Amino acid sequence: MNPTLARVAGRVGSTLPVVAGVVVISFLLSRALPGDPASYFAGQLADAESIAQVRASMGLDKSLPAQFVDYVGALLRGDLGRSMSTGQTVATDLARRLPASLELTLAALVLSCAVAVPLGVLAATRPGSWVDHLCRVLVTAGVSLPTFFTGILLIYVFYYLLGWAPSPLGRLDFVYLEPAHVTGFYLIDALIARDAETFFAAVRQLVLPAVTLALFTLAPLARMTRASMLAALGSAHVRTARAVGATRRSVVLGHALGNALLPVVTTLGMVFSFTLGANVLVEKVFAWPGIGSYAVDALVVSDYAAVQGFVLTMALLFVALNLLIDVVYTVIDPRMRRGATR
Amino acid sequence: MSPTPPPSLLRVRDLAVSFRTRDADVEAVRGVDFELAPGETLGIVGESGSGKSVSVQAMMRILDAGGHISCGEILYSGIDLRRAAERDLRDLRGRELAMVFQDPRGALNPIRTVGRQIGDVLRLHARATRTTARAAAMRALEAVRIQDPGRVLDAYPFELSGGMCQRVVIALALACDPRVLIADEPTTGLDVTTQRAVMDLIAGLIRERGMGAILITHDLALAAGYCDRIVVMHDGRIVERGTPAELFGRPREPYTRRLVAATLRPGVSLEQLLPEVRPARRTVADPDPDPDPDPDPDPDPDPDSKPGSAPVDGASVEPLLSARSISLSFDTPTGQVHAVRDVSFEIERGRSLGLVGESGSGKSTTAAIVARLQDPDTGTLHFEGVDLTAVPARRFARHALRPRIQMVFQDSGDSLNPRHRARHSIAEPLERLTRLGRRERRDRVHALAESVGLPGSLLERFPHQLSGGQRARVNIARAIALDPALLVLDEPTAALDVSIQAVVLNLIADLRAERELACLFVTHDLEVVRLMCDDVLVMRAGELVERGTVHQVLEAPAHEYTRLLMAARPVPPPVAVVAGPSGPFGK
Amino acid sequence: MSASAPEPLPGARVSASTSASGSAPGAFAHARRVLRDNPVTLVGFVLLALLLVVAVGGEALAPYDPLASSDAVLQAPSFAHWFGTDALGRDVFSRVLVATRLDLSIAVAAVSIACVVGSALGAVAGYFPGALESVIDRLLDTIMAFPLFVLAMGIVAALGNTVENIVYATAVINVPFYARVVRAEVRIRRDAAFARAARLAGNPEWRVLLVHLLPNALPPLTVQVSLNLGWAVLNAAGLSFIGLGVRPPTPEWGIMVAEGANYIVSGEWWLAMFPGAALMLAVFTFNLMGDGLRDIVDPAKRT
Repeated sequence: MNPTLARVAGRVGSTLPVVAGVVVISFLLSRALPGDPASYFAGQLADAESIAQVRASMGLDKSLPAQFVDYVGALLRGDLGRSMSTGQTVATDLARRLPASLELTLAALVLSCAVAVPLGVLAATRPGSWVDHLCRVLVTAGVSLPTFFTGILLIYVFYYLLGWAPSPLGRLDFVYLEPAHVTGFYLIDALIARDAETFFAAVRQLVLPAVTLALFTLAPLARMTRASMLAALGSAHVRTARAVGATRRSVVLGHALGNALLPVVTTLGMVFSFTLGANVLVEKVFAWPGIGSYAVDALVVSDYAAVQGFVLTMALLFVALNLLIDVVYTVIDPRMRRGATR
Repeated sequence: MSPTPPPSLLRVRDLAVSFRTRDADVEAVRGVDFELAPGETLGIVGESGSGKSVSVQAMMRILDAGGHISCGEILYSGIDLRRAAERDLRDLRGRELAMVFQDPRGALNPIRTVGRQIGDVLRLHARATRTTARAAAMRALEAVRIQDPGRVLDAYPFELSGGMCQRVVIALALACDPRVLIADEPTTGLDVTTQRAVMDLIAGLIRERGMGAILITHDLALAAGYCDRIVVMHDGRIVERGTPAELFGRPREPYTRRLVAATLRPGVSLEQLLPEVRPARRTVADPDPDPDPDPDPDPDPDPDSKPGSAPVDGASVEPLLSARSISLSFDTPTGQVHAVRDVSFEIERGRSLGLVGESGSGKSTTAAIVARLQDPDTGTLHFEGVDLTAVPARRFARHALRPRIQMVFQDSGDSLNPRHRARHSIAEPLERLTRLGRRERRDRVHALAESVGLPGSLLERFPHQLSGGQRARVNIARAIALDPALLVLDEPTAALDVSIQAVVLNLIADLRAERELACLFVTHDLEVVRLMCDDVLVMRAGELVERGTVHQVLEAPAHEYTRLLMAARPVPPPVAVVAGPSGPFGK
Repeated sequence: MSASAPEPLPGARVSASTSASGSAPGAFAHARRVLRDNPVTLVGFVLLALLLVVAVGGEALAPYDPLASSDAVLQAPSFAHWFGTDALGRDVFSRVLVATRLDLSIAVAAVSIACVVGSALGAVAGYFPGALESVIDRLLDTIMAFPLFVLAMGIVAALGNTVENIVYATAVINVPFYARVVRAEVRIRRDAAFARAARLAGNPEWRVLLVHLLPNALPPLTVQVSLNLGWAVLNAAGLSFIGLGVRPPTPEWGIMVAEGANYIVSGEWWLAMFPGAALMLAVFTFNLMGDGLRDIVDPAKRT
């Protein structure tokens, strides 16, 4: 079998136990949530017997392992339960709100990489310069900033004081209509519908939350890029390249950058983890209708199906993302491709 | 009437290099000058910290950040490299001046194929276009006598062996037909046989193309074997210069004399390595000092008796250690590796057995098994009659016989616990395995320090504050603390400078004599075996290929591999003799 | 000759020790030296001292009772109320001050638990390869498979909305970091020459791990602890921000920012800004100390 394919298959295979663990843990967590869904669904006036009936019909009276089997079965059917607060199935709710979160996260990550990687590279190639100091300050400050606080700060400065940003009330100002749903990403859908006004309106709403989230991920990415670039520039093969007369540009871009980016790719996985968490906070601050704010609202009312569905979805999303990064890394690093032992 | 000398290819005058550190400027090199004529090979020899690499990096203007040339001129064919613009230097580098470094695999870009890398260099200096690059790279690989250039062309560095990588690096350097090749420790870290092959290759290519070459090395014997002239550096300055014959035959400066004396060569004795006895070294009454280095052609009843070793007598004295059919293999991603295959040997009380081999021979693994740090898959190990293999390695630490077998490690970065002071490292075995009280232990530690020549004040230092030689002494003190009967030494001097090596070898010999230690001496260097051991075993790929007394094996090697090992070391010119043209390899 | 060691500069010899007695400086003197050489770390330590003083002092240092409401509602910062007052007329400065103790103790408790548990798991996994290592690995992977903040949310929601559970949740999500660091450090040194020497000297395996290997993992562990403390503070505040853990009227930085967020759009900035700034200061302090701590703890840095 093609060694690359074997490795990729190996990576996929190794995530299966992790997925199993995730399902088990989210099941356990959900069962420990306070609040009795049976009495909620039975209604205020229900007596003990009807509550018990409702409980039986929901399968909540069975033993824990039996409930787990039911749970897994339901999962495989795509059934995540029904939300108490919205009345819809959790799966529907999540599907409806996921694009909003993804749009925000992806916009933030793109922004973040676009700034962090060049910044890190420049800081490493010009040590001691103002770029280097800027990078170091940004990194130290960036990891100290609480995301929710940054968001609030930005709203205060750019909305209240300067009036540049629109009111932080969601994805689109109420004057505008949602673009026709194709992907759920307003930016893309607006472009498809050739609706420039809506497009720009959506962008304006997206700017502050995306910047807030981007600031958060900027720090670890810039730090990692700078560190691995420094290591690559100091390596022996870069010295060889200089000794054969390679131009500075080709040394930096060709030799150092290629090797430096590999650890950065691995860092992306960790950054994703933090981002998906910070998402929740940013969505709350900016009233962004994504799955993060959905979960927060559900938590407060102990809507157990919704919370459980959210945690599970996020975890599986994260596992999938990590797998993707892992596979990409396996494919792009020739040492992984050909099974290096050295 | 002497002909006018040819114009020199490279001329360095009064070069000084300093490095900016946090506190002040540190001067690394001063007053360096040398010349290189076309077709000539110049050697720059020095121990660590001598400034040899720094000088040459300065010459090529590829110093690390923080380094700058504070004075001097570097003339290459009339151009002053010191004042040249970076663009012109880049043009010269690779095309006219080429450099080869230590650690060949590290010198290559790990994520780019060999062919592409060579192609890049060729295209950079306009010696090939995108379409012709591959063919040109193939030719470059053929020039360094690589058997299967097509396969190597498409390989990544991690798929090639160390020797192959070095050939690729040489191909890279010579791809554009430069006029000068600078090789900075090109064979350090490679096996002895590979070293020979690589050096012969370089020497041959230089000769073929009429290039000038500079060889930087710590190994004076190696330099003597391949260079026309040698420059000796110490502490950032040039100490002496001359032809190999002159340096070995008539060294003028004290440092050169020490370096020459300490260089291992056939026929030298331990004492001759250190003509000036240093005060820290304790002398031992040598029952039979033999100043005549020539081996006695008549069969001597005991030609290999080293001072202090027990004589071999025919009577059945039970051997101290007896290893039978030791085997060990382990699984790696690429398959099973047989580290040790069916190895059997004996060590007599008070005698020293050398275990010789290159990397991958299994010698270190065998030593670890003997020291009971590892378990063999099969085989037994009897020590003073007791079967040691009955106890698994991980439980041996508390066994009654643990103090009887101890080990001296190579001074790599991790032979001493970085968090323990020297005193603690030496006292550890006493704390764990003896019932001595604190005061007794302290006295013992002091006595041990004295016997290895370690000044008491150094006992309070951490490993990173000690020099290589000092760490080696701590290693030895720790190993003899428990008064073992058998001492296993795993390449104890491999990482040390030549002059320090001479001291440490003498120290080990003295201690052996005093305490009547039996030794298992693991090394890759046959000269060390000749000096330190009574018997020798030669290993290759996990198997024993030859055994016998040192005299038997080194005088008349039976196995072809042993012969290969012996032939691989360059033989330096005679010492303290006015020499005629002495060509070690028929230069 | 070592193949990988770079040639040391001739001028930079193995340094003779700086003190006249010829022995290496003691731990305390070394710590002083590090702080002197590294002003940034010194600043970090000074700030830490400040935070500790405030945390210990608590109510004693506050000019007003943090829980006492008054009629002076939503007043901007003034001489009487340095940080202004909130919607219930409580003095923001006092509340921020008193919150220090709660936030810091949550972080310290969580990190301590995570460090001990994580290091133990990592040490075992690094030293004894085999089944145990795989099980631990799987456990760590599963924890890290969750976006960590989300997992903390889930744990607190599941166990109940109390401060203890915030501590446990934060501890759980931090365990993998310590486990990984310690496992890597132990694994690197497991077969190092000095570890083998320790076995030769009569140390049984457990002692080699505990006495010889683990202390060498201390420098990177210290950095991890310091950075983690900052992150734990952010985590705890984040959880309170979304309504988990601490409940009003307890003064805590996260809750105060959450309450203040509602007033930002109408211009009353002081309710959210000051607790937010305090949060930033605490985290910043821990980050500053990270590198300096490692230099202090690592004997190889002593010259």
